[in-house]
Amino acid sequence: MSRPPPVFAQRPSSSAPSPWQSHLTKVMAIRPETQGVFTIDLVFRDACRGLRFAPGQFSMLHLPGIGEAALSIASDPAAPSPVSHTFRAVGNVTNALARRGAGDEVLVRGPFGRGWPLAELRGRDVIVAAGGVGLASLRAAVCHLARHRDDYGSVAILHGAKTPADLLYQREYDRWRGAGLDVFTIVDAADARWPGAIGVVPELFADLDVDPGSTSLFCCGPEPMMQAVVARAARTGIASGDIFLSLERNMSCAAGFCGLCQFGPAFVCKDGPVFRHDTIAAFLAVPHL
Amino acid sequence: MPCLAVGSHVWLDRSGLQALIDALMAAGHRVIGPQVADGAIVLRDFGDATQLPHGWLDEQDGGSYRLSYDPAAGTFDHVVGPHSLKNFLFPPRETIQRFERNSESGTEGVWQEQAVAHDDRPLAVIGVRGCDLAALAVQDAVFLRDDRCDPAYAARRANLFLVAVNCRRSAATCFCHSMGTGPAVTTGFDLALTEFADRFAVAVGTSAGADCLVRVAQRTALPRCTAAEIDAIRAVPRDLRAQMEARLPECGRPRPRSLDTAGIRDLLFDNLEHPRWRDVADRCLSCANCTLVCPTCFCHSIEEVADLSGDHVARDRRWASCFTLDHGRIHGGNARPTTASRYRQWLTHKLAGWIDQFGTSGCTGCGRCITWCPVGIDITAEVAAIRGTTDTEGGA
Repeated sequence: MSRPPPVFAQRPSSSAPSPWQSHLTKVMAIRPETQGVFTIDLVFRDACRGLRFAPGQFSMLHLPGIGEAALSIASDPAAPSPVSHTFRAVGNVTNALARRGAGDEVLVRGPFGRGWPLAELRGRDVIVAAGGVGLASLRAAVCHLARHRDDYGSVAILHGAKTPADLLYQREYDRWRGAGLDVFTIVDAADARWPGAIGVVPELFADLDVDPGSTSLFCCGPEPMMQAVVARAARTGIASGDIFLSLERNMSCAAGFCGLCQFGPAFVCKDGPVFRHDTIAAFLAVPHL
Repeated sequence: MPCLAVGSHVWLDRSGLQALIDALMAAGHRVIGPQVADGAIVLRDFGDATQLPHGWLDEQDGGSYRLSYDPAAGTFDHVVGPHSLKNFLFPPRETIQRFERNSESGTEGVWQEQAVAHDDRPLAVIGVRGCDLAALAVQDAVFLRDDRCDPAYAARRANLFLVAVNCRRSAATCFCHSMGTGPAVTTGFDLALTEFADRFAVAVGTSAGADCLVRVAQRTALPRCTAAEIDAIRAVPRDLRAQMEARLPECGRPRPRSLDTAGIRDLLFDNLEHPRWRDVADRCLSCANCTLVCPTCFCHSIEEVADLSGDHVARDRRWASCFTLDHGRIHGGNARPTTASRYRQWLTHKLAGWIDQFGTSGCTGCGRCITWCPVGIDITAEVAAIRGTTDTEGGA
């Protein structure tokens, strides 16, 4: 042959980053929040830069030999170190995490996923509705709303829990209120010492003066709770396209490869975990999807 | 020296197959091809052309796979067996991360990540069909995304050499014609063989394929195909396609499959609560065979493997299946606790959600899931039932 044949087909390739990049962190502190719920503060060792993340994103916390857990990032995005995660100790990994102490190592992959659309909602009223430990995935957004209070209209945080002792981040409510956020709480059950509301999160909408056309809703909690909040918000007149939910599914890779987190056509890890309600409403209505 | 430009066709006589294998091995490839083992035609390492399943035919039907021998049959007249390229590019178990704990904690930390050595010998696979080339493209879209890429898959994919085959026979379970993936191989191969009684026509797909043929040409003549011969070569898969489209059910013969894909995404997503899901759940064993033999199923989980000291930890990626309870496990419950919900997940992902996720169907029409289902559940029959174009009797 006189000359080499032309290259007909390039073999498919990609130089995109691998999802399997672990960062070494050390536990700065771990503190109990409520019964069985802990917040862990992590300092990233590589270049001491902390983590750039968006509110609502999550990371995979890894204890070698034990496993990984997908945990939302609960700290203020404007303060890159330490990075905090609030979690309920319920499985192998989260129970082991709860037993770590200051100076112990945790490996972290992340951040992953799409968070709350805070930038797009400037100028609007925001309702943050959280059930139980679901407030953890909203705390970074609350920090952002408090820090950029003037960029938004009215901001209300509606938080429900099983009992008064299960209300998360109670020590911060005064600070949030001081920053101009309204904080409303409600519990499933309480004794006579509880002066507050008893019931479920949707009932807190009665305390709000909602202008549905200019209001967006962020919601995270158990799926039945989110369904109830969405139904209540719809009665208030908030459009499905102005409602955002953070979903939870099984996750292994966190980057859209392992397939475990699928929900209808979505990968919760990369297309979510925060979804605009109208994009998933048809699938949310189907049991066991 | 024949013209070996990309797009050209040359003749390779039967003994030339060994020269092709030798050329690939000499270039450092691990050569894999179809062989008879354990009563099926599987993909295995080999180096001797006589190991190819010459004369072996596979009769396939729902839940049934039987080999027969016919001395008049060719080397590649079988269709697809339980293995696919997936077994090699995305192996069932693979270590993806490794960590070691230092006994004395230094400034570098207690846990150190170790490099993972992958078997990165270039693979050459002989006998790849159109449906499996399509499946490879589907897996490429999964693992080689623009925003994230799996490095182990990418490394193997970059060095993969593909010798495709134009099918000249179909099994009753084949429905590549419905999915637009075969039987003709049109792109995505280095070399493509079309089998004739005494020789093979070889189409050159890439410069790597041409380079390989240059080495083959040192051992055996590679006469150029004439224009009339090229027409005859192209007629082989075209005739098979026409035959597949015309297949009709015959008494006592396995029912030929086809799948109507018109509007299939909306058809399935609009019927998420169709009674057929419960009907199929009464037959489905939730055994995961279909997902294991499927050449595109990519779900996996990561298993943490530590030695007894706990100081040496590997993270192994293992094939997972949406038919297992582990797949949907979350704290406080399971996303898909019933067989009906798990079968629905598999079928709607494969044929509907996949289109949203990757722009193509996840099904290539290879028919493996039909053959290897122990109870003969048939993806084409289930879709037809939901479409309402057949009665809703059990598929088996």
